[in-house]
Amino acid sequence: MAAVLDIVPENAWLALWRRLQQDRIGAFSLGIVIVYLVMILFAMAGLLAGGWSEEIGVPYANPSFLGERPNLEAALAQRAAQRQGRVPDLTAVDPLAPKYAEWEKRTAELKTGERERSLTLRWGGDRWGRDVLAKAIKGSQVSIAVGVFAALCATFIGTLLGALGGFYGRWVNDSLEWVYNVFTSIPSILLVFSLAAVLRSGVLAHLFASGIWTVVIILAVTGWTGMYRLVRAEYMKHRSREYVLAAQAIGASAASRMFVHILPNVSHVVLVQLSLLVVAFIKVEVILSFLGLGVPVDMVSWGTMLGEAQTELVIGKWWQLAAATVFMAIFLTAFSMLTDSLRDALDPKLR
Amino acid sequence: MIPTLAGVILLIFFLFKFFGGDPAQILAGQVASQEQIDAIRQQLGLDRPWYVQLGIFVRDIFSFDFGKSWMTREQVSEIFVTRLPATLTITLPILILEVALAIPVAMLVAYHRGTLLDRLVIAICVAAMSISFLVYIIVGQYVFGFELGWFPVQGWSDSFWRNLVTYAPLPILLAALVGLAPQTRLYRSFFLDETKSDYVRTARAKGLSDAAILRRHVLPNAMVPVLTNVALLLPGVFVGSFLLEIFFSIPGLGREVYIAVNRSDYPVIQAFTVYLAVLTMLINLGADVLYRLVDPRIQLT
Repeated sequence: MAAVLDIVPENAWLALWRRLQQDRIGAFSLGIVIVYLVMILFAMAGLLAGGWSEEIGVPYANPSFLGERPNLEAALAQRAAQRQGRVPDLTAVDPLAPKYAEWEKRTAELKTGERERSLTLRWGGDRWGRDVLAKAIKGSQVSIAVGVFAALCATFIGTLLGALGGFYGRWVNDSLEWVYNVFTSIPSILLVFSLAAVLRSGVLAHLFASGIWTVVIILAVTGWTGMYRLVRAEYMKHRSREYVLAAQAIGASAASRMFVHILPNVSHVVLVQLSLLVVAFIKVEVILSFLGLGVPVDMVSWGTMLGEAQTELVIGKWWQLAAATVFMAIFLTAFSMLTDSLRDALDPKLR
Repeated sequence: MIPTLAGVILLIFFLFKFFGGDPAQILAGQVASQEQIDAIRQQLGLDRPWYVQLGIFVRDIFSFDFGKSWMTREQVSEIFVTRLPATLTITLPILILEVALAIPVAMLVAYHRGTLLDRLVIAICVAAMSISFLVYIIVGQYVFGFELGWFPVQGWSDSFWRNLVTYAPLPILLAALVGLAPQTRLYRSFFLDETKSDYVRTARAKGLSDAAILRRHVLPNAMVPVLTNVALLLPGVFVGSFLLEIFFSIPGLGREVYIAVNRSDYPVIQAFTVYLAVLTMLINLGADVLYRLVDPRIQLT
């Protein structure tokens, strides 16, 4: 083979890798994204921020670098806890009084220990004295996972429908265009709200009661349209190209032509659009979680952190807001820059 | 447009019919007897076959009568009409301000393309876009409303002028500044696309200065994609400000839908979704007709 072909064509993905490395901003952004991904993997494995929900500090514990700051809220909470000891004696009128002795015995059997709460935490504490830094790391895991999963689902729907519409044309295309028009004529936030209402109180509510899947479904169902439009246009261009006709001539089936022959040639469009979707979906997830329509209450995401931050800011506890904002801004900036570099590296016109 | 409208109606109907909760259960509450639930079922027509229910749904849409909100017993059409002005008081100034600011900034960076200024502005735009809108609102409300006291933290009145002068400025300014970054980036690319055209080379060949080319030749031509973009943003003026409305407790459409979602108030959500989809379609149709007037080369299909 090498004798026939003088030039061995470079593997397209290796070429992309080489071009990305040459682009300094792209390589730097890629580095940051990889750091985040490693952090998420560690968080998923429980090696990092596993105890984000443990109350290890006093309420609104100061960040270590602001240790001397007066913490009124913690002092108040402490005083309230001390005062609890003196409960007025109501045994005469309390119908549950005979049971008290039994309950106290059972309580004594359970091991409870008030753990030492520290006055300062690395990046401060929230209202319950949880470590904000651990929350931010765990929140990164949830927010990015939602964004990535939702983008993958939307990409799957959009690519599949776009491939079908663009490849077959005629009535398949017409009916898919109709679906596309229907979905795009509804303002996206209303579609999101409608789906949220249905998934919260509807027959499927118990299926998605916990976990991130409600948000992922909402985002995927509302977000596939752009991908569909792009992939459809590409398939319309490609379906009558010579290499596809050649594949047909040697007997490749329609499915094989669509996904084995054409798909790799349009994958650069899909990849860039996928990265754009990740950024967009993370932003929407943050807003939905803030509004209480996103991840469930037992999880933490950048959005739920911002939700707590609003009331904290008024009493001067700014660190949770800062942590969520900084973690999110760095990731999204790096990811957007990486997407730009990716687009430049993949654009055949710029080579 | 008719098939699309039919699709929207079908989508909303089946979404709520087959995936939504049982309306009778939601209406009657947790401690309802079976008779109560049955009575509500009959009243809403839920005991009839689905195609009859679809017929009722379609009739409601075309007679602009969606009945009453399940929670507040207010007429849904009444809610729509009374909440619309507040939303428009916020969103229209935002849109005008955004476009009016983005065009000169984009022209400036397009004129200085490739220089440090251009790269700096674009880098700031990317970074600014990476911060959640929520953060801008939370911090803006805290700093300008609470800490500095330049604006009221939140509120709304019955007088249009008082709203526009007292309560609206802070949300409008926040949203316009946030919207500026993506808009500038987009318009810059529109201007740069035009500068590659033949007519620009001709103008340069006859000795016009860069500034004159940009102002007299590029600007009018770049207005077509700018207008397209504005037309795309226009439907957003009806619900686009829902976050602002929630934060600043402005009684607008977006806040109303959000409240309806939290209360599982299906008629309000359904009516708003269908009507806003219709409005979106009408605006897009109007925009298509406008293009034809702006650029005679465009043919309507």
